Amino acid sequence: MLVKQISVFLENKSGRLAEVTKILGENGINISALSIADTTDFGILRLIVNNPEKAEQVLMENGFAVSATSVIAIGVEDKPGGLSTALEILARESIGIEYVYAFVGRDGKDAYVILRVENPDKAIDVLTKNNIKVLSSSAVYEF
Amino acid sequence: MYKSLTCVAVISTPKCHGWHFEHHVTRCHIDAGEELQDKVVVISSKFQKMGFCSRFNIYSKITVGHTLSVSQYIAKGLIKMIWNKEAECLGRSEMKALQLERLKEIVKRAYENVGLYRRKFDDIGLKPEHIQTLKDIEKIPFTTKDDLRDNYPYGLFAVPMKSIVRVHASSGTTGKPIVVGYTQKDVENWSECVARLIVAAGGTDDDIAQVVFGYGLFTGGFGLHYGLEKVGITVVPASSGNSERQIMLMEDFGSTILVGTPSYALYLSEVAEEMGITKGRHKLRLGLFGGEGHTPEMRMEIEKRWGILATENYGLSEIVGPGVSGECSRQCGMHINEDHFYPEIIESTTGNTLGYGEKGELVLTTLTKEGIPMLRYRTKDITILNPEPCSCGRSNVRMNKVLGRTDDMLIIRGVNVFPSQIESVLVGMEHIGPHYQIIVSKKGFMDDIEVQVELIDGKMLEKYSELEKLESGIRHKLRTVLQIDAKVKLVNPKSIERSVGKAKRVIDLRNKNV
Repeated sequence: MLVKQISVFLENKSGRLAEVTKILGENGINISALSIADTTDFGILRLIVNNPEKAEQVLMENGFAVSATSVIAIGVEDKPGGLSTALEILARESIGIEYVYAFVGRDGKDAYVILRVENPDKAIDVLTKNNIKVLSSSAVYEF
Repeated sequence: MYKSLTCVAVISTPKCHGWHFEHHVTRCHIDAGEELQDKVVVISSKFQKMGFCSRFNIYSKITVGHTLSVSQYIAKGLIKMIWNKEAECLGRSEMKALQLERLKEIVKRAYENVGLYRRKFDDIGLKPEHIQTLKDIEKIPFTTKDDLRDNYPYGLFAVPMKSIVRVHASSGTTGKPIVVGYTQKDVENWSECVARLIVAAGGTDDDIAQVVFGYGLFTGGFGLHYGLEKVGITVVPASSGNSERQIMLMEDFGSTILVGTPSYALYLSEVAEEMGITKGRHKLRLGLFGGEGHTPEMRMEIEKRWGILATENYGLSEIVGPGVSGECSRQCGMHINEDHFYPEIIESTTGNTLGYGEKGELVLTTLTKEGIPMLRYRTKDITILNPEPCSCGRSNVRMNKVLGRTDDMLIIRGVNVFPSQIESVLVGMEHIGPHYQIIVSKKGFMDDIEVQVELIDGKMLEKYSELEKLESGIRHKLRTVLQIDAKVKLVNPKSIERSVGKAKRVIDLRNKNV
């Protein structure tokens, strides 16, 4: 159920993001979801792609600092309060969240959220028990 | 510790060629905790009494019962060789007498044969015969790089071109280069000086040295090359550049010594790592680095990455090229070849002579140069002289690692900043690479300094705060060392330009858009 996410260091220089997406495109890698956190000095790009191993490799070869981590992807109902149900469950179990970002699937019914939590296995366990839809990695890569 | 000691050393080197020499010492009583040092000196003097190996100076522990060749002992740091014991271990008063004799002679020769010196002397009414003591050298006006530039190309040569067998030139940052010429004798003396520092660092005729200094007008390549050959070392004159090929040659040829600039040595270690050529696949054991200064931190990084002993040597084209001074394997200052070069330390601003132990600009006078004698040449390099005899047995004056150059000092918002200070902070820090670049610009009327370093570790990317902590950590350390605030910019791995020669660390944009 764990989804592999690629983090890429982006120095504050115009064209860096374009460079990353170009490298991925040229290598036939599709991006399912992305998020950028930035300051004035640098940014960190987080990506969910269909082939994380290859993405990590080609980015490293092209001189980027890259790391891969496991995150979880959940589907929540696309209506007010949809996300809070899931987050409350995690809070109740004292599972801390590092960061969250959302993306939309192809069918457009559910909203999908990527969660980076301290203890992903435990998170998956409690979410599933509480009937929150946790997506399989293959499902996410194919979005 | 040891009640009795048996030493067996098998000696076979060209200096006592064909000799297989076994020497047994028994019943050397050594008290607990006492170093074997003194007892081994006894061995050394016995060697000498038997009429050979006078160049060996065995000062350290020899493993009981082990039999190794001299080069293995040297590689293990158990035997130190001295190339020219007579010159390198000369007593202080004898050295001073020799220096004075040579000084008088070269001053006379310079005055008689070089227009510039004659004019400078005549202007202040100085005659060569006024130089009667070493202290009298202070009467002689300084020579600077501008003097060489103004007399481009051959104006300062003291012999007819017929006697010059080689010229070298140093790339000036502005306009014309400066040119120096060597007679046959100069080339011989140069090789001798370089041979001394190679042997002091631990090089032997069993070694294979890969020279990655550029060959050509730059003195680095040829300077080391001739010295290495003189010692009997196999030279691989690879020259600089083509880094992957360098690593291939290193592996295939079995190079044991790497000779080049420290920044290129560091870069080559990255290339080797990428190619998977680690310790074991290469045989490097020793580095002879020069051509640019580097901090102790940078040295440690190079030693760690290659798994070698990294020694530093010093020189400049104006004086001879490499060979002015070099470290012995104890790495405690560079031994100056004082019988060929007379060192002084001056206060840069006033020109006043400073004493031993005081930090200032190094001024050198060549004592034997025929082609282009240099009287009181201002090197712009900042260092300290130390007259204490070294534990390696050499008694010549040592100079500290160059602490900076009077002309690479940056003045940022009125504060003096040396790139070496910045290097000492950055090199060896976790998560960032050892390469860096300093960019100085003007924001309005304010100087702005930015230090770029490469983030090499992806592990930091998980927590945003970790990266910010890294940045602010570097910033804080820089502030502590420099006393000013420097901006830190993390850049992509391998995005800072690598140099195959001397690294260009500073980009000063302050005068660009004015």
